[in-house]
Amino acid sequence: MRYTLNRMVQYSRAQLDASFAALSDATRRGVLEQLGRSEASITDLAEKFHMTLTGMKKHVGVLEQAGLVTTEKVGRVRTCKLGQRRLEEEMAWIERYRQLWASRFDELDKVVEELKRKEKVDGRKN
Amino acid sequence: MDARIESEPNPVKNPTTAERKSERELLVTRTFNAPARIVFEAWTKPDLLLRWWAPKSFGVSFLSCEADVRAGGKYRFVFAHPASEQPMAFFGRYLEVTPHSRLVWTNEEAGDGGAVTTVTFAEKDGKTLLVMHDLYPSKEALDDAIASGSTGGTWETFEQLDALLVDLGVGRS
Repeated sequence: MRYTLNRMVQYSRAQLDASFAALSDATRRGVLEQLGRSEASITDLAEKFHMTLTGMKKHVGVLEQAGLVTTEKVGRVRTCKLGQRRLEEEMAWIERYRQLWASRFDELDKVVEELKRKEKVDGRKN
Repeated sequence: MDARIESEPNPVKNPTTAERKSERELLVTRTFNAPARIVFEAWTKPDLLLRWWAPKSFGVSFLSCEADVRAGGKYRFVFAHPASEQPMAFFGRYLEVTPHSRLVWTNEEAGDGGAVTTVTFAEKDGKTLLVMHDLYPSKEALDDAIASGSTGGTWETFEQLDALLVDLGVGRS
């Protein structure tokens, strides 16, 4: 139980670290503010922040890594919007679901080992 | 000498993976160091199911475990948890039971939004790859299951922790 809890906390700490790192930059905070008003393409954002396309792509990449922004490419245009917290919740839920089954399967291993032993003993009798 | 070799514990646990395969599907995989007939047996005999479905670490205990494991047969698992006054029941029907290779059942405790679970057992070199596949009726049904916070493991304390983590997350953007 404690192990599981630690993993949850570590998981979220890593997420928070990534978020804080992403937010340490003024341009990236500006981008978030901008996306809070409306979604925008990388080209739009580069223009607004007087940056090269490559530079803006990097910033958006950092925000995306931290789960603060999601992007979607339609045709040749990559549109950015604020990351949905739901995605994060979904990841946390799937991790808990995995842990639930991992715990069950670790117990199942014991049952399986016992059945294997039993089968060997029975096999010897025949 | 035989006995000593056989009683050696298996020190390395095989990894369990879980992913959302699509909008409507969840996939869990795990390998067991035993032939499929043995793993299958542990999934289909209620007295064996009882021993692993609710590990002690969950803090839940089985009140009853009924499983009529044949196509059309019903199952009903009832758990108690110290944090919950009401026992929790998980129930449904087996749609398909193919010895040593495949089990399909419904999950009806959530009403129409419940998934259909398919478990396959694939044996190779004496080991069994188990794949558990949950197919939800719609994207919304799976989204709702996730949004409810419950994984079916009755981990109320973790739901509280989640709520706390979400609150922490809200403050940062």
